[in-house]
Amino acid sequence: MTRQILDAGGVERALSRMAHELVEAMHGVEHLCLVGIHTGGVPLARRLADRMGRISGACPSVGEIDITLYRDDLYTGLEKPVLGETRLPFRVTGATIVLVDDVLFTGRTVRAAMDELMDFGRPARIALAALVDRGHRELPIAAGVVGRTVETDKTDRVTVRLTETGAEEDSVFMERNPGSGQ
Amino acid sequence: MSGTAGGITKRKDLLGLRGVAADEITHILDTAEKFRAVSERRIKKVPTLRGRTVVNLFFEASTRTKTSFDLAAKRLSADGVSISASTSAAKKGETLMDTARNINAMAPDLVVIRHSYAGAAHMLARAFPFSVINAGDGINEHPTQALLDMLTMRRRFGRLEGLTVAIVGDVYHSRVARSNLHGLTTMGARVLLAGPGTMCRDGMASLGTPDAPVEVRHSIDEVLEEADVVMMLRIQRERLAPAMLASSREYSRLYGLDMDRLKRAGEGTLVMHPGPINRGVEMSPDVADHHSQSAIMEQVTNGVAVRMALMYLLLEGESDDATA
Repeated sequence: MTRQILDAGGVERALSRMAHELVEAMHGVEHLCLVGIHTGGVPLARRLADRMGRISGACPSVGEIDITLYRDDLYTGLEKPVLGETRLPFRVTGATIVLVDDVLFTGRTVRAAMDELMDFGRPARIALAALVDRGHRELPIAAGVVGRTVETDKTDRVTVRLTETGAEEDSVFMERNPGSGQ
Repeated sequence: MSGTAGGITKRKDLLGLRGVAADEITHILDTAEKFRAVSERRIKKVPTLRGRTVVNLFFEASTRTKTSFDLAAKRLSADGVSISASTSAAKKGETLMDTARNINAMAPDLVVIRHSYAGAAHMLARAFPFSVINAGDGINEHPTQALLDMLTMRRRFGRLEGLTVAIVGDVYHSRVARSNLHGLTTMGARVLLAGPGTMCRDGMASLGTPDAPVEVRHSIDEVLEEADVVMMLRIQRERLAPAMLASSREYSRLYGLDMDRLKRAGEGTLVMHPGPINRGVEMSPDVADHHSQSAIMEQVTNGVAVRMALMYLLLEGESDDATA
């Protein structure tokens, strides 16, 4: 069973609200950087930065981070993912960094992203923004800014489709108990 | 060796490039490209292979390759041990199999081996559960060198297909040449071989395919005219029979790459050498140090990235017992 959680307008409104919340929360911050987590978080970080620029007049720097090499499940029989790129075109030490991901689930990805960021420097602060929070955290991690909170079963699959990654229009879907159970 | 990931065969070992498919070579090079960035970070280390053990077993002299594998393991957070023949129990008469059995008893995940016997790496790979990377076995293969060579060419020219690569010198004794021949022809490059008849035999042309021909010439000037890349090889004196080479001076005059020859080859020709260089024999110092046409130091840089990529890919999904 597949259910649509957000349509294109819903994604639009969620991002718009997130951008406003971020501008307010980060008011007065000097070195503000948005870092998208590969792959879904990368276009979202760019969109949020654009919107924040339009709202406040100051566009934060944007980076991207691929956490594959920092995963805690690389050797658990999973197919090894293709490596993405980590690009942080700003000084990490002293920066306030907002990690941006499409779906917040166990929190393990965010843990890996924080570890990787620390290897690049000592950020003044790391915050987290996610388009969808689907619960089932396995680590004490919470997002300060969330587009939409969704009740899910642990075996459900939540998929964010964006135009930047080939979708015809933006949408968020939830699939109940897909066969694989992963 | 079982299973596939995205069309790529999952393998336990890398023993040579013969028989390795084009999409797998591409996957290794793409992965290596990503690992180059790790060596450019302030903290040149990722936690990927934490708790894994890599043993470097070098029965032949090496600075470049051994250091490269060492650094690759360290930058992936693996624990590495290097054993050199000169300081090992091989000096006291221990056989290779006995050395390997003892190492196996200490539960390594990966053994990198260099040995003067062709097939040494294959023997360990068959006999033991650990992954094996061949870092050079006699005159047979040196696959990681060929991969780093191909990465260097691909970065300079943006492709391998259709490139003309000249390999000049002691082709017969060169495992680097043999691995490059297999890899380059698989990737659709054309390979020209040049060297004295004793070290560059006509039969090697049979390694080519209609799409990726291998041609044997006996004059360096002839291949330089056509080559995008010229790979110079060292005379392997340790493997040479006495009658194979008259003198270093004669060899240098006939097959050495000097500035005059490089000028005639043209500005677009990329010079490569797997090292160690015998300056003044196969290559003059000014060519070796040429800032824009020599890719020799770039090869070394790419070597670490290629070896990191291989360690990452080979040690894939082995243990299913971790937390799920």
